[in-house]
Amino acid sequence: MTEAPQATTLAQHVRPLEAGAEVVAAAFVGGAPALALADGAVLIGEPDEQKRVFAHPDAAILTAISDGKTLLTGGDDGRVAAIGGDAVAHTIADEKGRWIDALALRGGSYAWSAGKQVSARDENGTVRTWSAPTTARGLAFQPKGYRLAVTHYNGVSLWFPKVEGPPQTLEWKGAHLDATFSPDGRFLVSSMQENALHGWRLADSRNMRMTGYPGKTRSMSWSHDGAWLATSGAEAAIVWPFKDKDGPMGKAPRECGVREARVTKVAFHPRALVAAIGYADGLLLLCRLADAAEILVRSPGGGPVSALGWDAAGARLIFGLESGEAGFLNLPG
Amino acid sequence: MTESREAEKIPVTVLTGYLGAGKTTLLNRILSEPHGKRYAVVVNEFGEIGIDNELVIGADEEVFEMNNGCICCTVRGDLIRIIEGLMKRKGRFDAIIVETTGLADPAPVAQTFFVDEDVQKAARLDAVVTVADAKWLAARLRDAPEAKNQIAFADVIIINKTDLVTPGELREVEARIRAINPYASLHRANKCDVKLADVLERRAFDLDRILDIEPDFLVAEDHDHDHDHDHGHSHSHHGLKHYHDEDMQSVAVVLDGDVDPAKFMPWISRVTQEQGPNILRCKGIVAMKGDPKRFVFQGVHMMLDGDSQREWKPDERRESKVVFIGRNLEEEDIRKGFLACAA
Repeated sequence: MTEAPQATTLAQHVRPLEAGAEVVAAAFVGGAPALALADGAVLIGEPDEQKRVFAHPDAAILTAISDGKTLLTGGDDGRVAAIGGDAVAHTIADEKGRWIDALALRGGSYAWSAGKQVSARDENGTVRTWSAPTTARGLAFQPKGYRLAVTHYNGVSLWFPKVEGPPQTLEWKGAHLDATFSPDGRFLVSSMQENALHGWRLADSRNMRMTGYPGKTRSMSWSHDGAWLATSGAEAAIVWPFKDKDGPMGKAPRECGVREARVTKVAFHPRALVAAIGYADGLLLLCRLADAAEILVRSPGGGPVSALGWDAAGARLIFGLESGEAGFLNLPG
Repeated sequence: MTESREAEKIPVTVLTGYLGAGKTTLLNRILSEPHGKRYAVVVNEFGEIGIDNELVIGADEEVFEMNNGCICCTVRGDLIRIIEGLMKRKGRFDAIIVETTGLADPAPVAQTFFVDEDVQKAARLDAVVTVADAKWLAARLRDAPEAKNQIAFADVIIINKTDLVTPGELREVEARIRAINPYASLHRANKCDVKLADVLERRAFDLDRILDIEPDFLVAEDHDHDHDHDHGHSHSHHGLKHYHDEDMQSVAVVLDGDVDPAKFMPWISRVTQEQGPNILRCKGIVAMKGDPKRFVFQGVHMMLDGDSQREWKPDERRESKVVFIGRNLEEEDIRKGFLACAA
């Protein structure tokens, strides 16, 4: 039996949201859909009952992340704000007159950077700072233990905020941007200015080069089982295998959602090997890793997809564009 | 860099100049004039000098080497990050001014616009403007390689503090500048009192605007605002002393007629690869055999940007010209090599 190819689409299930400004991050916070916007506001709540929280008045949100409980925002007003499902913004830090360049968040611990200065705040509210050798570009908490990866020029440093003494530095020439740990903590991956990823196996600091991107990778997402890392920066989502002890060494990545447009944002489904993939032309689709089957979520138009977020169950997806358009997908049944 | 969206990109003006030449004076002058434009200003030594502007960003001037096989390829990492951040405020400012430190090499700033795709999408380099101290420049050209780099690299040079020198000394410093960079437009000023139109919106890196590359012998006397210079008359030509700078020169070669693209392309590539570390800037307008359009290119060190431009006009002489400004250039090699590209 052969199936006639048919355009599979979920576009009719998308509910448009009017964000009104570039969407910096999209997430579900305490179950409530939330959009962090470049105009300093956070739009949070179910459609029709959304609240606009002015987390950074008269300023821009430069970066924002969420762990599902808290949305952490960093602004060009030097402030770090935390917003929960109750739609109340709390100021976590105020680095007056500076930009918050990067954030990390895990289990009540927060980290942020402004230029070279990196700060980490533990669950008890104790803040410690460390000065990176050059501007810190990306931060990530190690999955276990209170340890922070800080990317900078020529490497990534692993800093224990509670331990005196210099951090361990994993050196690799070039400018490192974003950082992410594999969920099992075995690997650390950074994206680089040189259109490549660099990885380290932490047990022995072995280097892994992941190259071939036509553009910079600015979005990385791990599959729920930690076996795959989906990345932006090419005309498909490039998905690297990390299941084996050697990670992606000597293996070719999978390509999902091959199109003639650059992938700008990726987000793995929290329970299935399906990735949401957003493109520079505004198209958004879901792609199943096993057979590269695609389901359309949003047709092209409006500019690059700049934010994606799943809820914990994987039943709802929220997305936003640089243009300020946004949408909310309720997966049917 | 010549796609249709070019006009929407945020123009970036780079202000250079040796310590004490008057960069901040020029910056404050730009910001205080009633031009109705909103500027984002990227400065160093943040907070040290009073700059009255809504959007002032302190930068660390982080120069990064790129691992792309290009030995002189450096970029300003902080600028990439700042332009990315400023795009979150799109619509709230019209242009960006980057003030560099007195000892900075302008090349990494310019190369940032050749190398980084995201920067290219958002912004375009408008011009490198160098402020020079009329009294002290000649001495700095002798003892500070940075000062010479800044003059050689410039699209616009402001000779500031002209009230502190005699007319003879002024002619002397102008001749010193011309010996290094005869192509920049030169303006005399006191307290940087130049017309903003001479500094901003120059489109010096826009291939479409490379119309001709003739040495700019005219010095506009900007402190004399009643006197409008149209560039038709040559008044300051006479009495201009001619100098030869020992290590920084410009080399211009004209070829009467067409070049063979099969010869020219490998040649320009080889010259910029081999002499790239010494070449600060290059430009050219070339008549390619069989092509009704002018081919224009420009470059910084080993990086080149080139494109077909408008058609040659019927009454226009098809000739090909290349210009290099750099340190210890192998002039004969360049001259012979280019002339050998004749179709």
